[in-house]
Amino acid sequence: MSALFDPRDLRLNAVGVLGFLVVLAGLAMAFLYAPTDSIQGHAQRIFYVHVPMAWLAYLAYGVLFVGCVGYLWKKNPKWDRLARASAELGFLFTTLVLITGSLWGRPIWGTWWQWEARLTTTLVLWFIYLGYFMLRSYAGDRERAARHSAVLGIIGAIDIPIIHQSVEWWRTLHPEPVVLDTTGPNLPDSMLYTLLVSFVEVHDLLCPICSGLRYRIEAVRDEIGEPQMTEMFATASQPADARAQSPVSGGMED
Amino acid sequence: MNRIGAIIWKDMLIEVRSRQFIGAMLAFTLIVIVTLNFAFDLIREQRETNGAGALWIAILFAGLIGIGRSIAVERDRGTLDGLILSPIDGGSLFLGKFGAALLSIVTVEAIALPVFAALYDLPALDPRVIGIVLAGSIGLAGLGTLFSAVTSGIRSREVLLPLLLFPLLIPVLIAAVRATAEVFEGDSEDVVRWINLLLGFDLVFIVLSYLGFGYLIED
Amino acid sequence: MHAISKRYGRQAALRTVDFTGESGSVVALLGANGAGKTTLLRIIATLTQQDRGEYRAFGVDAWPRRREVRSRLGYVGHRPFIYPELTCAENIGFFARLFQLADNGELVRNALDHVGLLERADRPASSLSRGLLQRLDLARATLHDPSLLVLDEPDTGLDVAGRDLLLQLMRERAGKGCLVIFTSHALDFAIDASDRIVTLVNGEIVSDDPSASITIAGLEATIHGRRQAVSIA
Repeated sequence: MSALFDPRDLRLNAVGVLGFLVVLAGLAMAFLYAPTDSIQGHAQRIFYVHVPMAWLAYLAYGVLFVGCVGYLWKKNPKWDRLARASAELGFLFTTLVLITGSLWGRPIWGTWWQWEARLTTTLVLWFIYLGYFMLRSYAGDRERAARHSAVLGIIGAIDIPIIHQSVEWWRTLHPEPVVLDTTGPNLPDSMLYTLLVSFVEVHDLLCPICSGLRYRIEAVRDEIGEPQMTEMFATASQPADARAQSPVSGGMED
Repeated sequence: MNRIGAIIWKDMLIEVRSRQFIGAMLAFTLIVIVTLNFAFDLIREQRETNGAGALWIAILFAGLIGIGRSIAVERDRGTLDGLILSPIDGGSLFLGKFGAALLSIVTVEAIALPVFAALYDLPALDPRVIGIVLAGSIGLAGLGTLFSAVTSGIRSREVLLPLLLFPLLIPVLIAAVRATAEVFEGDSEDVVRWINLLLGFDLVFIVLSYLGFGYLIED
Repeated sequence: MHAISKRYGRQAALRTVDFTGESGSVVALLGANGAGKTTLLRIIATLTQQDRGEYRAFGVDAWPRRREVRSRLGYVGHRPFIYPELTCAENIGFFARLFQLADNGELVRNALDHVGLLERADRPASSLSRGLLQRLDLARATLHDPSLLVLDEPDTGLDVAGRDLLLQLMRERAGKGCLVIFTSHALDFAIDASDRIVTLVNGEIVSDDPSASITIAGLEATIHGRRQAVSIA
């Protein structure tokens, strides 16, 4: 049962080590190799962390969406675990994106926040993640929590692009006085080439971390969640295993 | 379908007899409209935008009261099982409850809009505004009914419902307030675009709620 | 014609219950509080799903085809599925429309008459006493002529006349080929009303006998394990 969380698991460790190395490489490049932005100065370097994390925040939500659909469709708890693990990761990254975005924005714009489409949508995404977790923890029994939060996850996923579009229109048709510049890769910079290289490096940096972390998180979830979950969900094919598991949980039997 | 009509009729009949929700919603809406006048301290130039905002905040909160009850009340009373055990499918049950919720909101709005128009001296009875209000209310009632089912049976549902619902209703809020404000300002070139957004939103989420409701109702 | 058979286990409430019911009979399901009666009844009524094992009703797998099963099933639980703000007639009428039965007043009146509530047809359901409310709920549950009637403690709160009416209704249903399953805490009523008595202890069936062969004392002992029979009100 614990094959997923085996400290000797070669695959997991390889990914972890590789990820760590790439993180170091990426950081080195971000600080030493990439040129200093002519307009924003060193503050711009936060971009190398901020943008990939934004990608990941949304990617995590995409995975959450897949997990939700999978769970409602197949009723297999594995999908729900995927959704949960992904939600945790996504929530973390969304929080970081908002914080790094704010820190980046302060020296550039002069304010901590701008109500523009991408930022606002990310803020809403944060609230959707928050709602997802609150629903899960308040909803009572596991199965209902999984089912209801799956519906929430799906509704949220469909809504996010609509939210983005509506904020976009709101801002273009009713613009704010301050014109801002949060575009990343489209900086008309003569050193675009080097910027692109470092950008790709960072992207490759965080994706292995993402996979590695997520995998581990999922595995930990499996370990903690599985004994209890086997009791709650129907696993018709393995009654013997389930009986063997129940001494571990110690809650419901006799 | 007859069953959907039966549910709507039943809920409306209960409402008329008990005067519970619609009365509360109406009172609340009017109080909010009046209170917001002081909160916004409406200066002449900003009046249209702030007025539109005030109207929609009032509608949003009133909707919250009315809709949060719909499935939750059935569960609290113990009658939800009675509905489940009828051969009705989740989607039809949703439509029935949604219809009743929408009717409640519209009834409140029918009174609130004229009052608003009078108090704020804004053209809230313009047919375009009525159209915007209807389109927005559909989205509110639809997602509200869905999340009433999601949060029913949860102790902290009064807090959880807005937390879940409001972020998702942001497009409705943006579109409705902007469109309403523009009608108030008399400059309505973009109103059509906002109404299209509202209608698109309504369509997407009514369909999604219809499809998803069955998953929420079963034990 | 139709029978329920199921084998399942659910660790919290029920373990390995095997049960088959035949149409045209009345079965009493007895047991102490917490023995699993209500859970079993809810599974039978498709209100919840068993964790393991199979539940078949009307020849099909019950849960996946639960909407079909529900159209032939009537259930009376602890709380009546009645709306207090509506009149008796409106309540029944609502369920008639929900089940897509003939939407004329006649069906409603007959149903009310059958349980002795015709004079109160236009009174709000909130004005009914608990016993009368129970009758109204019974009328609702039998409105669509179900082949499977599941009653959770239907006799609680009924006076003598009510109990007699309930007994008569149950017998009548069984006579029409319906399978009636009920629980009760009144052992004498259970023996009178049923053909067969099944006892649950700690989630398992411990006895399943025709009620003609049962004594109250014996029942009490079975229900409470082998302790001294405690008198039940």
